[in-house]
Amino acid sequence: MTITMSREEMLGKRRKLALPELLAPAGNLEKLKFAIRYGADAVYIGGQRYGLRSNADNFSFDEMREGVAFARQHGAKVFVATNIYAHNEDLPGLHDYLSELDRIGIDAIIVADPAIIETAKRAAPNVELHLSTQQSTLNWQAVRFWKDEGVSRVVLAREASMREIEEIKEHVDIEIEVFIHGAMCSSYSGRCVLSNHFTDRDSNRGGCCQSCRWKYDLFVSEEDLMTESYSARLTADGEDPFTMSSKDMCMIEHIPALIRSGVDSFKIEGRMKSIHYVATVVNAYRQAIDAYMRDPFAYELKQEWLEEIGKAANRPVSTGFFFEEPDHDDHIYTPEDKPQAYDFAGLVMDYDAASGMAVIEQRNHFKPGQEVEFIGPDGTHFKQIVGDIYDTDGRPLDAARHPLQLIRMHVEQPVHKFDMMRKKLN
Amino acid sequence: MSDNQASDAFRKPEISISAGSLEEVKQYIEAGADAVVVGDLTYAERLPGSMPVTLIAEAVKLAHERQTRVYAAVNKIFDHSLLPGLGDHLQSLQDAGVDAVIFGDPAVLMAVRERGLGLRLHWTAEMTTTNYMTANYWASKGASRTILARELNLEEIAGFRRGANHEIQIQVHGMTNIYHSKRKLVKHYLTHRGKKLAPQYEQDGKLLYLVEQERPDERYPIIENENGTLIMSSYDICTIECLDELMELGIDAFYIEGLLKSVEYNKTVMRVYREAIDAYAADPAAYEFRDEWLDAIHELQDPGRELTFGFLFKEQVY
Repeated sequence: MTITMSREEMLGKRRKLALPELLAPAGNLEKLKFAIRYGADAVYIGGQRYGLRSNADNFSFDEMREGVAFARQHGAKVFVATNIYAHNEDLPGLHDYLSELDRIGIDAIIVADPAIIETAKRAAPNVELHLSTQQSTLNWQAVRFWKDEGVSRVVLAREASMREIEEIKEHVDIEIEVFIHGAMCSSYSGRCVLSNHFTDRDSNRGGCCQSCRWKYDLFVSEEDLMTESYSARLTADGEDPFTMSSKDMCMIEHIPALIRSGVDSFKIEGRMKSIHYVATVVNAYRQAIDAYMRDPFAYELKQEWLEEIGKAANRPVSTGFFFEEPDHDDHIYTPEDKPQAYDFAGLVMDYDAASGMAVIEQRNHFKPGQEVEFIGPDGTHFKQIVGDIYDTDGRPLDAARHPLQLIRMHVEQPVHKFDMMRKKLN
Repeated sequence: MSDNQASDAFRKPEISISAGSLEEVKQYIEAGADAVVVGDLTYAERLPGSMPVTLIAEAVKLAHERQTRVYAAVNKIFDHSLLPGLGDHLQSLQDAGVDAVIFGDPAVLMAVRERGLGLRLHWTAEMTTTNYMTANYWASKGASRTILARELNLEEIAGFRRGANHEIQIQVHGMTNIYHSKRKLVKHYLTHRGKKLAPQYEQDGKLLYLVEQERPDERYPIIENENGTLIMSSYDICTIECLDELMELGIDAFYIEGLLKSVEYNKTVMRVYREAIDAYAADPAAYEFRDEWLDAIHELQDPGRELTFGFLFKEQVY
């Protein structure tokens, strides 16, 4: 579904379009740098405690300092996810942790639990408070409450529709952030403890084991109460089982509507995702946002952006609650075949225009004769077949086998440092 | 300290239960409830039945005549469609004389402030009410009681009691909500399977439940309504065997979840907990758990649903 609006309607609605922030995940320092190089205005990271991705690499304070320095050089911001629902045992140390974030120069924390909000007001006065989607904020009165509490931005519940977002913007003058891309809870965020019940892993402290994506049978009992007798099984052998698994969010086709809604920050999910994923997705959204802001009336959705997103996709995609309530098409019932057909093969480290030779840092196995694609934030985008490859001493190689090995090879078009070379899988 | 002083010092915890009709309110009070939780399902979630404010007013009258209390749940996650009526609803609950309103969404606080209502407020965010500092935060915003998440263990509850500066309530019996979605998952699944429309099982007096394929013995009730989908626990919490440990902590209020149970079952459970609380209050030192209490519950317990201590004695990882 596409929102179309005439020039007159648009002029009547808003005089000036504001450039939204593009906010990307950064699971580690390298991903932070890639997200920013590829066009993120801000990144969000996790520290060693209080975040919701206990399995991610997560940043030490030293890495945060380095990340903040890098971001500053590039005019970008760094947010830290401290969005657990804390238990009593998590409270000691919280003040010191938040103070350290303040000293490091973190721009904002993403926070759900008022215990952390209140502590941050005292411990980290220079750090902005962004209310996490984990609070499931869905109405403007709640947004106003949080504004009064000193929160400078609200990340809305993923259940908010475009109309509701616009109404919230009309009622409350506060920054609004929404998820525009990536994996989604099918429950209200935070209102799911399946993981706690199935595996004793606390979902609201980063232990989620994604039970919503498991397979279930659905039964109907004979009576209004549970009885010993199963009656009708509504799932059938050989047919798709019941699941709560949601398709991933993807709003690349709706950038104009999102910008016109006045949303201040567009958020991409995925602190556990690869460099290739983050760079590719950020790159596509950066181009779409910039194209629209440059000339809203001449804006056209480019097939190329869709294809790019497709190359990084993990699951089938949908638009969640933005336009209409999700239905059966927004869930994943059939076995997930990974649509991701591309992998990160190498990173451009150097390029000599005179000889057309590039130095590539190996990220995954590649070899002569293989088709590869180059993409980059400066507009690099072409395919070629890998020709002869050499090590840095000029010795020919039959394949690039070793991680981070530097490889020299001829490229058919100019490339830039930090362009990515990707290969098709299989 | 004499025995008499000791029992004076012990403040009897309140015991409450959810009810879906005036008749249930009456029966549960007769069975020993100090308070009942009711609500209009337009503004409330997870109740055994919907009661419009006119009926809630009658429940209040009935309860107050018997020196018991009525709490009205206004505990939805509110979207814009319900905001316009929220203030009037809260006003009418105050006029009806309810003893407290149970809320989770800050929109309720805003409406209470705007109207200048004098309602007592009990705060619950279901599974995300997990530390005392957050509870104290909501107390500073007007809550006089916090209802704890069920995914806390005894030690955490004890710490909560020590740290909280207001009343705390825990669930002592019944099923719990473990998943809440705005999506209509049953309808979507049946549509996907090519079954035209989800039959109205609930209207036919039937119940749906899920079984995870690796856990064939656990049955998770799944409730779908116009607001979305709830998945409930496969077991019922039952703390009657360790109720003295909970009473020792000085918890202010105990709650029995009446959802998806027969009135007969709920009355029995209420009577048993009433007896245990009274026995403990009469003489904590002489208190002993009685097998007949658990036997009475077992007799009416759905054999497909285990009675467990929930998370009381568990350690979770993350």
